[in-house]
Amino acid sequence: MTGIEIFQTWLIAFFTLALFSFLYKDNPVYKIAEHIFAGLSAGYYVGLIWDTVIIQQLWTPMTVDGRWWLIVPGVMGFLMFTRFWKKITWVSRIPLAFVMGVTAGIFLISQLHGLVLPQMRDTMLPLWNTQGYGQLFLTIIIVVGVISTLIYFYFSKEHTGALGVTAKVGIWFIMISFGAHFGYTVMGRVSLLIGRVQFLIEDWIGSFT
Amino acid sequence: MAQEAGGQAFRADRLNAVVLLVIFSGAVLLYTHWAKKGKPLFLRKIPGLDAVEEAVGRATEMGRPVLFVPGIAELDEIETIAGISILGRVAKITAEYGTPLRVPVRYPLVLAAGQEVVQQAYIEAGNPDGYDEDMVRYVAGEQFAFTANVNGYMMRERPATNIYMGAFFAESLLLAETGNAAGSIQIAGTARPEQLPFFIAACDYTLMGEELYAASAYLSHEPVMLGGLKGQDFVKMLIAIAIIIGVILVTLNMGDTYSNWFIQT
Repeated sequence: MTGIEIFQTWLIAFFTLALFSFLYKDNPVYKIAEHIFAGLSAGYYVGLIWDTVIIQQLWTPMTVDGRWWLIVPGVMGFLMFTRFWKKITWVSRIPLAFVMGVTAGIFLISQLHGLVLPQMRDTMLPLWNTQGYGQLFLTIIIVVGVISTLIYFYFSKEHTGALGVTAKVGIWFIMISFGAHFGYTVMGRVSLLIGRVQFLIEDWIGSFT
Repeated sequence: MAQEAGGQAFRADRLNAVVLLVIFSGAVLLYTHWAKKGKPLFLRKIPGLDAVEEAVGRATEMGRPVLFVPGIAELDEIETIAGISILGRVAKITAEYGTPLRVPVRYPLVLAAGQEVVQQAYIEAGNPDGYDEDMVRYVAGEQFAFTANVNGYMMRERPATNIYMGAFFAESLLLAETGNAAGSIQIAGTARPEQLPFFIAACDYTLMGEELYAASAYLSHEPVMLGGLKGQDFVKMLIAIAIIIGVILVTLNMGDTYSNWFIQT
């Protein structure tokens, strides 16, 4: 290991342990790591956005490729700076409203076309003429699961009677799905922890020798 | 321009989405019209949302702040917009009670939107002087730098109530578990199925998926919002009925045309 590599390893180990120290309690070492982390990320993102957005997506396409119409989003972005002047702060609401409106519009169509309609189509499965009882069982699970979950998220009626029973079936499906997600994600997190511990033992402690 | 976009002004393969959009929009407009005319529109109780006011009240009694995290995604995520919308309702309650509010955010646009809705809420609540620009604060752009800072805040300031509403990722359990350790009452809401189990495990109340989007209408009871929610409910019922019809037709071997309409190519 070169001198700079040893320095890097020790620095990473220090910050790893500093953040892990929060498991004991909030302490000055954690605070140092937290503030350095937050400050570094703020600085890094300023540089990143300047390069990847302002230069690559606005300035270069406008000045080199002649895509002058990009001045419109450029001006919209610039309007956000009006927040620094109290009298004209309201101007910054224009780009904000634009972003929120466009987001809602795009989301609505993309969800309808990409999710809702295909999900509806894929739920329309034959309850017989299927390949054996196993397939039939799976079909019933899919159809009942989709409809009962949909009913659970129906807010216009109290969940009593038949609607209540269906909603209860729906919540069972939701919880079983959450259980599967939980197990899957925990496995992912454990592998992250293993990665950190491996670094501490192999790279950091290994650098002692 | 039109050539670059595919050379078609009208995309026939998206006709199904247009039909559903027209039905959806019509239902929303109709219910909004009824709500404005004063027709009572029923909404079932959502325990997590009923707990919001109670939780803010608890913070007021304890003299401690309310922490609201509107997720960690940009403003171009619909969950963030839902979170910001709920923030407006929560801020109105904190303005009425005079409870300190703290909103850490990860993106500048969310900061601006958050400041706008909180300020508006304080004005609407008749407490414009109670608004402080620092209530909504930019913390850090990096996911875990943001999380480390919010966790540190929770342990130092011990907010009585933590509300997480929006898009959350790997930090969900880190936030919720720290809030739990700090003894805060916690209400969470997200539409991310992979993060919901963590919130359910570590929070007192959790809003799942669609409940997050319904929250704003539920808390405000404004006709326009209620109309939207009732319109969504109408479409949900329509979807359930369409699926059942489809299953019956496909089972009887008569459903090809019907079912293929839903995925036009």
